[in-house]
Order: sequence, then C-alpha cells, then structure tokens
Amino acid sequence: MPILMIAPSVVLIAIFVYGFIGRTAYTSLTAWRGVVPDYTFVGLRNYERLFQTEKFQADIVNTIHFTVFFLAGCLVLGLGAAVLLDQKLRGSIIFQNIFMFPLAISFIVTGTVWRWIFNPNYGLNVLFHNLHLDFLQSGWLTSPGSALNSLTIAAVWQMSGFCMAMFLAGLRGIPEELREAARVDGASESQAFRYVVFPLLRPITLSAVIILGHISLKIFDLVFVMTFGGPGYATDMPGLNMFITTFRQDLFARGAAIATVLLLMVALLIVPYLIWNLRGETER
Amino acid sequence: MGNERWSRRQFVSRAGKTAGGVVLGLSFADFLAACGASQAPAAGGGKLEIFSWWTAGGEADGLAEMFKIYKKNYAGVEIVNATVAGGAGTNAKAVLKTRMEGGKPPDSFQVHAGQELISTWVKAGKMEPITSVWKSQGWDNTIPKDLKDIVSSSGDVWSVPVNVHRGNALWYNKKILDDNSITPPTTMDDFLSALGKLKAKVQAPLALGSSGNWQVQMLLENNILAAGGPDFYKQVFSGKASFTDANVKQALSWIKSMLNYVNSDHPTLGWDDADKRLISGTSAFNIMGDWAKGYFTAASWVPNKDFGAAPSPGTTGKYVIVCDTFGLPKGAPDRANAINWIKVCGSQEGQAAFNPKKGSIPARTDVSASIFDPIAQQFIAEFKTDALVPSSAHGSATPDAFASGVNDEMGQFVINKDVNKTASNLQKLSDEFLK
Repeated sequence: MPILMIAPSVVLIAIFVYGFIGRTAYTSLTAWRGVVPDYTFVGLRNYERLFQTEKFQADIVNTIHFTVFFLAGCLVLGLGAAVLLDQKLRGSIIFQNIFMFPLAISFIVTGTVWRWIFNPNYGLNVLFHNLHLDFLQSGWLTSPGSALNSLTIAAVWQMSGFCMAMFLAGLRGIPEELREAARVDGASESQAFRYVVFPLLRPITLSAVIILGHISLKIFDLVFVMTFGGPGYATDMPGLNMFITTFRQDLFARGAAIATVLLLMVALLIVPYLIWNLRGETER
Repeated sequence: MGNERWSRRQFVSRAGKTAGGVVLGLSFADFLAACGASQAPAAGGGKLEIFSWWTAGGEADGLAEMFKIYKKNYAGVEIVNATVAGGAGTNAKAVLKTRMEGGKPPDSFQVHAGQELISTWVKAGKMEPITSVWKSQGWDNTIPKDLKDIVSSSGDVWSVPVNVHRGNALWYNKKILDDNSITPPTTMDDFLSALGKLKAKVQAPLALGSSGNWQVQMLLENNILAAGGPDFYKQVFSGKASFTDANVKQALSWIKSMLNYVNSDHPTLGWDDADKRLISGTSAFNIMGDWAKGYFTAASWVPNKDFGAAPSPGTTGKYVIVCDTFGLPKGAPDRANAINWIKVCGSQEGQAAFNPKKGSIPARTDVSASIFDPIAQQFIAEFKTDALVPSSAHGSATPDAFASGVNDEMGQFVINKDVNKTASNLQKLSDEFLK
C-alpha cells in the first residue's frame, strides 16, 4: 500500500525531472544545431568546444568568484544581524521585518533598482559627490573590474535577510540554559558564543550554504537585468550563456552541454549534503 | 531604464538582442495556439492568423492599418492577431519555433529578410515558396533586386518585404554642429576630426549605448562597408572573404578611434539612452539605425531642425537594410487567406499605410514619398539609387549563431581594443558558422 501511495509522484518525478535531465544529457552529445533536431552522435565534442570558448572559461571563474563572495557576504551580514536582533532590544521586531523585506522582491526588481543605484550619472556616485566623498566613486557596473562585485552587492542585499531569518531561528532554538551554564562555568559572553552557540548553529549554516550556493550557481535573472553579462564577459554566468546559446544562437546541443555542466556543479554542492543528511538520519 | 531598454522593440523588431521570460511565453502561447487552431474552411471566409512581435506604439498601429486594408478587400475573414510581446522579438521567435516544431504554424509570420528566413526556416524545409505570387503581382518591377535576392534561395522567393529600416545612419544634434560650424561629416576622417574638435566643448561628442553589444556590431558592419565597399561587405559576411583582411582591421581601428570620444558609462546604456544624450546636449553624434528617429520625434524633436541624419561616415551611396518580411509556412491552416495577406503586404496601398506609422520606408519604390517626414524622404530617395547590403547585426546577412558570437567579440573588443586578436576571433566565428 505505501508504495501505491507514492507511486504517482515517483512516476511523475521520474519522467519530468530525471527523464528530462537524461534527455538534456543525451542532447548534449549530439550535433543538434538549428531548429531541426539532429541526433547524430558526436560524443563529447560539444563539451570540448565549450571549454575552449573564452566566454565559458570566464563563466566558470565568474561563478566561483560570485559564489564565494555572495556566500561570505550573506553569512556574515545575516549572522551579524541575527545576533543583534536576538538581544531582544526594543524595536528589534521592526528591524527584523525590514531586513526580511528584500527577500519578498524578485531578482528582476532588485536588479532593476540596483542598476539605477549604480548608474554613474544619477546613482551612488552623485550621492558620494554631494557628501564630498568623491574617493568612494567607482565605475560600478560600467568597468570590467568592478562589475562583478557590484552584482554581488545587489545579490547580498537581497539574500542576507534570508540568512538572518535562518540564523535567528537557529539562535532562538538554542535553550537559554546552555548559555547560562557556560556563564556559570565562568565563560565570557564571547566565549559562550564561540564554544556554545556557534557549534550549535552548524547545521543551520550548512543549510544556508546549500540553499544560497545553488541559487548563486544558477543565477540568471539578476545578471540578465543588471548587466546582461557585460562589460565584455565580466559578469557573464553559465545560466545566461546557456540561454543565449540555446535560444538565440540555436546551438541546442551546446546549450544542453552547458546545462549538464551546470547540473554537475550544483550536484557537487548538493550531493555531499544529501549524503551527510542521510547518514545523520540512519544514525538517529 | 529597464523599460526604456525594452521599448526598442517599438522602433525596430529585432530578435536576439534583448530577451525575456521565454519559458512562460512558450507554454502559454502554445496553449493559445492549440486552442486557436481550428480546421480551415475555404477562402472567402475562415480565419487568418498573423504572427508578429509588433505589440506596441507605431508598429502595432501600422499592423492595424494593414489589417484594415485586408478586411476591406477580403470581407468575412476573421483576423487573429497573434503577437507575442517582449524582448524585441526573442520571445516571439522562441514561441514560433515551438509552434513550427509542433506542427502548428500560424498562417503567416514576421521574419527578418535574409539568413533569419533562409537558414532558419527555408533550409529546414518549413516554408513554401511564394514565387508565383511574386510574379503575378509584378513585384520584380517595384521591389529592388538586391532586396529580392536576400529573400530568395535556390531560384525561389520565400517571403515578401514590407518595410526597410536603415542601419547605417549618423544622427546629430543640429544646434551643437551649427554652434561649432561643423558640417555633417561624410568621410571617416572628417568625422574623427569633428569629434576631436568637439571634445573640449561637449562631455562626450559621440554617444554610445553598448548594453548587449549589438550596437558595437552595427559600428563594425558600417565601418566594414565604409572600408571595403559593398562587394567586400557581402563577401566577408558570407564567409568568402576573411575577417583578417585589411579592410576589417581598418574598420576595427576606426571603432577604436571612435571609442576615445564616447561616454564612459556606455556598457550599461541602451541605444535610446545614447540618443537621450543628444537631446540633452551632452553628446553631438550617435550612429544608430533609423528607429532612432522615432525616439527623437517622440521627444518632440523636429527632423532637420533639432536633429539631422546622414549616412554613417564613409557609407554615402550605401544602404544597410534591416527588413521585415512575411512568408508562407508549410501547412498554414488557412493557406488561401495567407496568400491574400502576402499580397496585401506587398501592395502599394499596404506599404503606404504601414510604413509612416512604423517609421520605416517602404520596400516598394513606387510609394509616394510625400506622406513621409523629411528624413524618411531623404532615405527613400537614397534607397532607390544606393547599393543595398543586408545587416549582419540584425540577422539578415548572417545566421543568429554568428551575429550573437560577434556581439560577444565586440564586447571584448571595447575593453581590450586589440584589433588583430579581434579580427582573428571573428574569422574563427566565420569558420564555424558561415561555411
């Protein structure tokens, strides 16, 4: 009976998730180019070509750069805000909500707004100029050196509230008695954090890394709106490259190859987590 | 700014330069298509489904004018206006691809003349030739041969051109030029010296919006035309001449020189943001297709009083065409109605009604110029005598795979300004996609 209960969803997932993944992987091994499908088998040629393109090489570097800084930014800001809010000072509920609001906005809106903010003619630069802080001015999205970091700032702005919410939930879940006990044992407040609170936040941190990590690897909408991958390849990402290759250039096989590489990258992040999770469950 | 970037499609219908949420568009329009595709009765009644991405502003008005003419001539046919908004045609093309793949073509669809038509659809065997319609309507006498050639392959004609946009146009703020006693430059040397003269006077003499990089590709193709002439242009964009040729390198070094005079925020600006700089007087020149005219007039600028137009430097007597056409897909559900639609598209009456609204000039040479603004009149006169070449940046001269790759290369070139490396990278693209 239990098998019958889950059978429909297993069948649907098998077809619509794993079936399509399989089809994409298969397509990436064919010569399909143009609107008429061509399933001539060409082995790994598409992958070879793909990794030879300057654009995709830039994509890989950009993704790693973006992911590292995006994760670091979100975790540090999120944890910092959560610790402060956890002090239960007056008004903390208001700030808690303010920090959470960006999460309710889609990346498209965030991207559009930040594109304005970074515009050299009427954005941050003007603000800095009026405040006589001209040394803070920068090319933001217009110069290849700073564009990716500017993009990261916008992404962190959007997602650090989410991190804060997770950490806050984690902090609230730690019984006050544990900290109390640490204090009784003579630990200072910072030692209590270092040796009691942070270790207990480890599972929450891992979940946050997994969730944010797969968002950042698959990032598309923010880049699409803010920079469209430019200047040059400075902010190009595999997701955007996949879209352009497939639907604009009609290179369906190569687009499928990018999709497969992207899947492998995300799998690299998710699979260890799943294994760790599974092991945890069996031990329990 | 986001909205302004999308609004380009009100002026030019070009796919592949900006894009939107294709996935949603696909499934929804597919669903609509499935609902709409009923069995077709004989001509004289039934339906006519016209697929385009003319959803807004002048182009939607122009399309409505042609529908009026169709209804007048073929009463009793119900016209289904299947437009797909967004992304200057990219969304529409993605929807079209799924419909064609799924065996549910519209009766007729908008497609750019040239490779977008020939290499995408004709070579895939998805189109029906309209050679007999072309002959019976006598279009050989009214539509230039250069234009017929780019909608033809293997002896057949595959679609009818409705309008012509010009890609190689130089726009200028008339007041700034007059104040500094500069005449509109015709050669590249004149142009560069005019820019040099203005450098101290205006913030950035040449306005550029390079978001998406296709605008830089337009500079490239205009400059190749200026350096090598129409024959070389056609050869290099069909893979018969090399991009490492001296003409291409000359074209690239001209872009490099121009980049000394452009606004530094260009990577984040769209073409219309660049034209805004002309209006505000922070730039004097912009090189852009003639859809820029629509932007200027929408800002209440008067042609030949506030702004003027000339062929882009070095391309006098040459006309880069960006041309919308309508063709006949194989298996069109209302074939007879579709053929009548194609006749309306190619008719004098249809083109006279459509083009003033769209802001383009007619593909036919016998439409009275008096209904157009002075700049369009100037272009109509030049169109009749100029050498016509198809635009690569807008998918006519080359397949999308190539044009899109060139966009990337030009994005790199704007940063590294390396003429030789860019030329050899362009040749690699040519080897891959033009052979």
